[in-house]
Amino acid sequence: MKTSTRRRWRETPLAIAMLGPSLLILVAFVLYPLGRAVWLGQQRCNVQATKCRSVGWGQYTDVLRSHEFQSAVWVTVKFALITVPIGLALGVGLAVLADKHLRHIGFFRTIFSSTVATSVAVASLMWLFLLQPSVGVLANIGWLNDLFPVIKEPGLLNDKGTALSSVAISSVWANLGFTFIVITAGLQGIPRELQESAFVDGAGGWRRFTNVTLPLLSPTLLFTTVVLTSRAFQAYGEIDLLTNGGPVPQQSTTTVTYLIYGSSSIIKSNEGLKAAVAVLLFVILLGLSALQFRGLGKRVHYGA
Amino acid sequence: MFNHANYRCIVASIRLIGVSKHFGDVKAVNEVSLDVPDREFMILLGPSGCGKSTLLRTIAGLEDPTAGEVFIGDRLVNDVLPKDRDVAMVFQSYALYPHKSVRANIEFPLKVRGVDTTERAAAAEAAAATLGLTPYLDRKPGALSGGQRQRVALARAIVRRPAVFCMDEPLSNLDAKLRAETRAEIVALHARLEATFVYVTHDQVEAMTMGTRIAVMRDGIIEQVGSPQEVYDRPASVFVAQFIGTPPMNIFPAGSLESGTHLVGGRPESTTLSDSDGVTATVTLVEHLGHEAQIVCAIDDTHRAIVRMSPSATLPRHGDNVRLSVVESSRHRFDATSGSRIDR
Repeated sequence: MKTSTRRRWRETPLAIAMLGPSLLILVAFVLYPLGRAVWLGQQRCNVQATKCRSVGWGQYTDVLRSHEFQSAVWVTVKFALITVPIGLALGVGLAVLADKHLRHIGFFRTIFSSTVATSVAVASLMWLFLLQPSVGVLANIGWLNDLFPVIKEPGLLNDKGTALSSVAISSVWANLGFTFIVITAGLQGIPRELQESAFVDGAGGWRRFTNVTLPLLSPTLLFTTVVLTSRAFQAYGEIDLLTNGGPVPQQSTTTVTYLIYGSSSIIKSNEGLKAAVAVLLFVILLGLSALQFRGLGKRVHYGA
Repeated sequence: MFNHANYRCIVASIRLIGVSKHFGDVKAVNEVSLDVPDREFMILLGPSGCGKSTLLRTIAGLEDPTAGEVFIGDRLVNDVLPKDRDVAMVFQSYALYPHKSVRANIEFPLKVRGVDTTERAAAAEAAAATLGLTPYLDRKPGALSGGQRQRVALARAIVRRPAVFCMDEPLSNLDAKLRAETRAEIVALHARLEATFVYVTHDQVEAMTMGTRIAVMRDGIIEQVGSPQEVYDRPASVFVAQFIGTPPMNIFPAGSLESGTHLVGGRPESTTLSDSDGVTATVTLVEHLGHEAQIVCAIDDTHRAIVRMSPSATLPRHGDNVRLSVVESSRHRFDATSGSRIDR
C-alpha cells in the first residue's frame, strides 16, 4: 500500500509530461473558451464589446424566459424533428438499396455519398438556385407552380409556413452522404449468414429487415441519431445563406445558433447575451445526448 | 405436439443433374451429378475452395445454379425459394440472432410461418429438450458457450421438421473435445429424425464417422462417391487416397515398387520395412505416439512415405537407410498421368 502510493507519486511528473501536449490543447481550445463563455454570459457589453461589466447570473434566467430564446428553441426543435427522422429514413433506405451485390453498384454508392464532399456553402447556393422564386428551377416548372403557387409567390424560402421545411430539406440533402456512409458500414457489419438463415427459415424481405437488419443496425442508428440531432441543433450555414433567419417579422428560421451568430439576429450586438444563449445551447445538447444514450441505449443490441 | 416419431410423410431424396455454379470465370461447381436417397447422411468432403459449400448452398437455394437441375423429392426446385424447399440450414457461424433469446431464436422459423403462439412454444420447448437446452431458453446467445450456441442452431433447424438438413461445417468453430461430443449428437439426431442430411466438412474424421456416404470433391467436381469404408478401401484417385486417412496413403513413384508406368499406393499400416527387397528410402523422422510409432521416410525429393509400427518393435533411427514395401493384397494402383484408379 505504502510503496504503491509512493510509486504513484514518483510517476506523477512523468504522467503530467505525457499528458501535457493534449492537456495543453484541451485547455487552450476547449476548457478556457468554455469557461470564458460561461463568464461572459453574465456580463453586459457595449456594442464594440470593448467594455463589459458583470450584471449577475440572473442574466441566464432572463434569457431563458425571453420570448426570443424560447421561440428560437422551438424553431430548432422543429428543424431537428424534420431533419433527423427524414435524414435517417432516407439514409437507411438508400444504404439498404445499395447493399445489394449488383453490377455498377459502386457508381450509385459514390453518388449517394457524394454530398459528404459538398460544403454547406455550395449546397446552400445550389438549393438557392433551385428554390429562388423568379429564376429558380422549381419556379420554372409550370404544373408544379399551378399546384403550389407558394413556389413563385412569395417563394418557398420567403413564406413563413414553408421556409423552415425548405431549409430543413436542404440540410437533409447535405447530411445524406454522411448518413449513407455510416449506415452502409453498419450494414456491412451484419453477418451475411444471419440474413441467409432468416431467408431459408422463410422470412420475407420486410421481416428480415425488421427482425435482423434493424436490430443489428441499432448501434449505428443510435450513433447516427445523436450526430444528426446535434448537427440539427448546430445548423447555421444553410440558414444564414438561404433565409437569414427570416422571413421577417416571424423569424421563422431563427434557430438558437442563428440567434447567437446570425447577422440579422436581434441580439447581434450584445456579446454577453450571445454567450448566455450559447452556454444554454451547450446545456441543452448535453442533456439531449445523455437522454438519447440512456433512453435508446436500452433498445440497442451490441451483438453477441 | 412435437412428435418426431411420425412426422415424416414426404420422400426427401435429392438429385443433382449436371449442376454447375460459376462466379465469373471461376467454376466453383462444375457439372456435378449426385443422388442422395431419402434419409441418407451424405457428406460433402474436400479441401477449402473445392466447391462443397457452394454445392450445399445450391441445394438449400441460397445460390442459383448456372446450369443443371436440382430435384428435392420429385420436384424440380431450381426456381423454388429456399423457404418452400422444406430445407433447414445450419451454418458454421451458428447464425443466431444475437438480440433474441434462445427461445425466440428457436421459435423464429415457426413464427415467420404463422404458427400460433401456444403451438410454437410447445414445439420450441420440445426441440430445446431434445438438445438439452431447456435451462437456457431465456438467455441470449451471447451468454452461451460455442457448443450450446451450435445446439441452439440445431434446435432452430429441427423445430420446423424439414425433410432436408443442410449443414455447412457446423462443428468447425468448436474445440476438439466438444467437436467429438457434438458429432455423436448429430448422428443420433439423424437416426431419430429420419431426415436427409447433407453435411459439408473438410474434416475427414467427421466424414468417416458420421456419413452413410461420402462425396469427395476437388476443384468443383466429385472425385468419388461411396460409403466411408469403400472410399477408404478403394479410393478412386490419388487425390482421394491421400485426402482420406491419417496419415495419408503412401504413393510410390512409377517403376519403383512394381515395374510399369503406374503409381503404387499403400496405407501406412500395410507398408512395411523389409531387409531384402522394396524401395530404398531414408528415415527423416521417428514420431512416438504412445500406442504406435510413425516412421517418416523420404523416397526421393518429392515422395514421402510413412510406416506405422508397434512401439515395442525395433525402430529404425533418423538417417537410417531402409527398404519399403507394401503387402501385395493391400496395394492400390493408379494411372500416373490421370491419377485415377487401375483395377486388375
